[in-house]
Amino acid sequence: MAEPIKLSIDGKPVTVPPGTLLIEAAKQVGIEVPSFCYYPGLSLQGACRMCLVAIEKMPKLQTACTTVVTNGMVVHTDTPEVANTRKSMLEFLLTNHPLDCPVCDKGGECELQDAVFRYGAAETRFLEGKLHEEEKKFSNLVYYDRPRCILCFRCIRVCDEGMDVNAYGIGFRAAHSEIIPNRGEQLECEECGMCIDICPVGALTSGTYRYKTRPWEVTYTGTICNHCGDGCRTTLSVRNNVVIRANNRDHSGLNGEFLCVKGRFGWDFVNSERRLKSPLLRKNGKQEEASWEEALTFTVERLKTILAEHGPGAVAVIGSNRTTNEEDYLLQRFARTVLGTNDIDHHRTADFSSLVRALTEAGATDRYATIEDISAAKSLLLIGNDPTHQHPLIAYQIRQAVRQHGARLYIVNSREIKLRRQSSQYLQVKPQGEAEAVRALAGQAPAAQDLCAGGTGALTALADALKKESDTVILFGDEIQGQTVNDLVTCGLTLPGKTRFVALGDYANSRGAADMGLLPDTLPGYQPLSNEKARERMESAWAAKIPAAPGRNIRSIFEGIRAGEIKALLVFGANPVKTFGLDNAALTGLQLLFVAELFRTETAELANVVVPAASFAEKSGTVTNTCGEVQALKRTMRQAGTRSDLEILLALARLFGQRWTYQSPEDVLREIIALVPGYDIPLPSLLVGRAVPTHPEGRPPALERPDLVFSSRDSLFTSGTLSRYSWALNSVDEAKKPYGHAF
Amino acid sequence: MADYRNPMLGSPLEVKVLTRRFDLANSASIAVYVAHEGYQALKKAFGMKPDEVINEVKKSNLRGRGGAGFNAGMKWSFVPGQTTKPKYVVSNADESEPGTCKDRVLMEYDPHQLIEGIVIAGYAIQSHQGYIYIRGEYRYLMDILDRAIEEAYAQGYLGKNILGSGFDFDLATHTGAGAYECGEETALLNSLEGLRGYPRVKPPFPALIGLYGCPTIINNVETLSNVPHIISHGGDWYAKLGTPNNGGTRLFCLSGHIERPGIYELPMGFPLRQMIEDVGGGVWHGKKLKCVIPGGSSCPVLTADEIDVPMDFDSLARIGSMLGSGGVVILDEDTCMVKAAWRIMKFYAHESCGWCVPCREGTHWLKTLLERFHSDGGMPDDPDTALDVSYNILGKTLCPLGDAAAMPMISILKKFRHEFEEHLKLGSCPYEKRAVNVA
Ligand SMILES: Cc1cc2nc3c(=O)[nH]c(=O)nc-3n(C[C@H](O)[C@H](O)[C@H](O)COP(=O)(O)O)c2cc1C
Ligand code: SF4
Ligand code: SF4
Ligand code: SF4
Ligand code: FES
Repeated sequence: MAEPIKLSIDGKPVTVPPGTLLIEAAKQVGIEVPSFCYYPGLSLQGACRMCLVAIEKMPKLQTACTTVVTNGMVVHTDTPEVANTRKSMLEFLLTNHPLDCPVCDKGGECELQDAVFRYGAAETRFLEGKLHEEEKKFSNLVYYDRPRCILCFRCIRVCDEGMDVNAYGIGFRAAHSEIIPNRGEQLECEECGMCIDICPVGALTSGTYRYKTRPWEVTYTGTICNHCGDGCRTTLSVRNNVVIRANNRDHSGLNGEFLCVKGRFGWDFVNSERRLKSPLLRKNGKQEEASWEEALTFTVERLKTILAEHGPGAVAVIGSNRTTNEEDYLLQRFARTVLGTNDIDHHRTADFSSLVRALTEAGATDRYATIEDISAAKSLLLIGNDPTHQHPLIAYQIRQAVRQHGARLYIVNSREIKLRRQSSQYLQVKPQGEAEAVRALAGQAPAAQDLCAGGTGALTALADALKKESDTVILFGDEIQGQTVNDLVTCGLTLPGKTRFVALGDYANSRGAADMGLLPDTLPGYQPLSNEKARERMESAWAAKIPAAPGRNIRSIFEGIRAGEIKALLVFGANPVKTFGLDNAALTGLQLLFVAELFRTETAELANVVVPAASFAEKSGTVTNTCGEVQALKRTMRQAGTRSDLEILLALARLFGQRWTYQSPEDVLREIIALVPGYDIPLPSLLVGRAVPTHPEGRPPALERPDLVFSSRDSLFTSGTLSRYSWALNSVDEAKKPYGHAF
Repeated sequence: MADYRNPMLGSPLEVKVLTRRFDLANSASIAVYVAHEGYQALKKAFGMKPDEVINEVKKSNLRGRGGAGFNAGMKWSFVPGQTTKPKYVVSNADESEPGTCKDRVLMEYDPHQLIEGIVIAGYAIQSHQGYIYIRGEYRYLMDILDRAIEEAYAQGYLGKNILGSGFDFDLATHTGAGAYECGEETALLNSLEGLRGYPRVKPPFPALIGLYGCPTIINNVETLSNVPHIISHGGDWYAKLGTPNNGGTRLFCLSGHIERPGIYELPMGFPLRQMIEDVGGGVWHGKKLKCVIPGGSSCPVLTADEIDVPMDFDSLARIGSMLGSGGVVILDEDTCMVKAAWRIMKFYAHESCGWCVPCREGTHWLKTLLERFHSDGGMPDDPDTALDVSYNILGKTLCPLGDAAAMPMISILKKFRHEFEEHLKLGSCPYEKRAVNVA
């Protein structure tokens, strides 16, 4: 470790590591050096000149944002010259600035306003006419107002360096300089809106938020994005019970300032006109509005009849990838103990069970990688998946790892995914060749000559390179499942250092669904149902019997319906008709199809009973991201007529005569913490907004068949059924590009 | 009346080193160059160690002719000897400083002199690739240089194993697209790399991290053209041509209100008064002198009382101005200094690259203020505001263009303040009708 550097700033002694920028050193002793163009993590500009400070023995003022501290440096930020310089830089910035604060979205949270308030002059000396430019619409989501732009170039850098999209450039020169899209008149990009978020002023504004409010008229609630499996923290801005914006306001949590287009704009399905607001009950072949009481009573009565006539084997349950851990936990409790069936499953998007089993068998349950492990990694191996589309945050963190500290990225993929631009080695394998490559790497089976274009030499080179790395983080998609996960883990654990693993699953709580046991053969916490002890433990906690025989998996459930064995199907927050491509006849044998949903999906259309569920913005609870980190959702608003899945389940249980005592999601969570292996997490950490890692340990049964685990391959602009109800996601031209398109 | 097509009018006071071959027929051809000592210095250099070449240049007191006057030998010595990276030599032929047109004739009449200088510089820092970055408006010079480079390759002065020395060197031209800022060394490097011509944050300096992140020296065309003479005749000989610390001769570009505008090669330290009166034939039409811009529009101006000064870097610095790029602009008694200031500021407001706030906004402010002051009526506070704005630019910008805009402005506002007051009193320009011609 190199010797720390000692310097003094405004008479205060400061000790910092070598290489520290003066502006950061000042921060450490509570001295604010104003800045616009400086942005931690992005390249240095020296453009705004706000950060000029006096350094003894230097003839001129120096920019604190580009000056690296040296021993014995004596810095003054409080001299009249520095104060005057700040004032004059602001005066310059305001010469051509419209000062339309009263109608500017940014008013109230504008860095320019704040800086002028603190360091600026009270009057103007600029008597000339201001330069003007008409506002430009870069896309349906991004607008640019040149007069407000202070040319700090943050937008350009975050797009290029952070997103690797490089959609922006600078047009014209001198005082006429302006930000322009690099490809034609319109933005052609990932539409993540990072540029809007990072803009210190109201120059870049959001197509969904602009002119809607003053920022102080809004309530802000920190919660978790409900789309992909990465679990970005976000703050929903709600005004008059309507969500109008999402951004990670305090840059806290595992995503910092990052949100992708779905996180930043794709929440608008919450406000959709097409949200279900009333239960629907099929009468004379037609779904008609009904009261909650009517719908639920009907459901329970019908269920009781079926159970009485055909036994619990005639009832099946399909859970969700987006509902909370508490809801999933209660759903399987309801299925197993109230309905008495283990025929419960969900659309599995990654083989989490196999990962847990492999790590448990290897005694390595400390090897689940967190999002932070990814961004801090020195070496990353990505097998299958296209994180740019399927896991935008993870893609971002991989890029950060490569850019900020030179991590090496190794890729095995059958497609030319965008992240190959960051890779040190990119092994393109033949279609569906990922698993074969893993088996070859693990020495389980030799690779076919045609596995990769350059012959098997490239595979050997990859293996050799990995052996020289240490602490590699291995990420894999649905291409790797079953026994191959085991091979990967066994081989990965032989690499130097602490190898860690991530299974990449699609949605906000795909991981939680598996963790909470929305599986026919697995109890919460990956305890096999066949394990008597595990079963008894839950039975005594629930004071109820759990059928010992494993239930049907989702494919067998569909087969059971076709065969007429299953008469009732309860679906919570899923659209299996679409996801599994079921034909119209597939569900006709049912006597009861109950669907709790936000929208009238293909599955809901076929149901006898549809109940309007609350969205993520309307409920509290926890979700677990694909890395196994638990985070808290917080209710932001109410949607009249809807109920959360938790409330629905409690009501159903009550109608079945159960005396469940849960008063709130938190009560359920306490039970999960107490009972579910791997979930003994500190509640306070969760409540203050942290992402709490879990370390599940268990030996769930092997994957029954290969068609149970598959990713939906959502693009940046799709998110299963939900994205169809988002105006924003459908409004951008880029959404029409073929899947996998890289910007 | 002067012949404006040929800027080389000649004067008996000239000391011809760089321009010695200019009068020869076909001076740009390699045959004429070789017949007149051409490429002899290169041969000699190959007989020396690279360090010895640098030392000879240091001894010569050759200072950069691009404007800043930095010791060339010193600059070369900053390039690390031990490095695995390639190194580059870049010749700055962006010549855009108003009042300056000397690199143009050096490339037009004696391109091989420049090429030889570049190859010697390459040998001195052990670089194997050079570039000549030419302003876009000098299109026709590209053709001349490209032809010369082709000749040099054909005759073995460029390429592999030059003159059997075992030393390889390649050279290519690259054109700018019409931005003054691209003459600033780091903006030039960006432009050469194909990026927008914005300057880079310094440090690091190009000698360590320059073109494509590799060690690079950047020298003006005239600076490099001097190198063969220094090697041929020795650093001491060259140093003695000028004044202490200011070696050699310099091409001065006399323009403005002067009888014989043109380019003259004079020793460093040549007295300014003599330059105007004896070399340039005095202020035109027998008018009185009002003001001299001594080294391109970026320099603080001199009044008629300040012209008893030797034209070298240190002497001009001593009186608060700069020798700059050698563009000496003469303004006669009928010149409106408010309008002159506005014209200068119009240039900088147009050429500011727009990267940093004080220069981008400040030059625009000064330009519009002066325009209004001169044409639409001034306000009593304007001169003070303009002065303050200039000081708020000075020393606070990323690259020296901001200073280059502020310095002439400050000097005019201070030395010719009375003209601003006259405008205010009259409510209009007192010079508008008297001027013979406004350049
Ligand atoms: C705005 C600006 C424009 C410049 N233009 C030129 C130019 O056109 N030609 C030139 O040689 N140097 C120019 N310079 C100076 C260069 O930055 C650099 O100092 C010079 O090329 C170094 O060569 P020298 O040491 O041989 O003078 C300019 C500097 C600035 C700040
Ligand atoms: S649009 Fe915003 S972020 Fe981009 S340069 Fe202008 S002020 Fe900066
Ligand atoms: S990366 Fe995933 S969690 Fe983050 S904002 Fe996008 S969809 Fe939401
Ligand atoms: S001073 Fe600033 S704006 Fe002006 S040319 Fe240099 S970098 Fe560009
Ligand atoms: S913050 Fe240092 S120049 Fe902008």
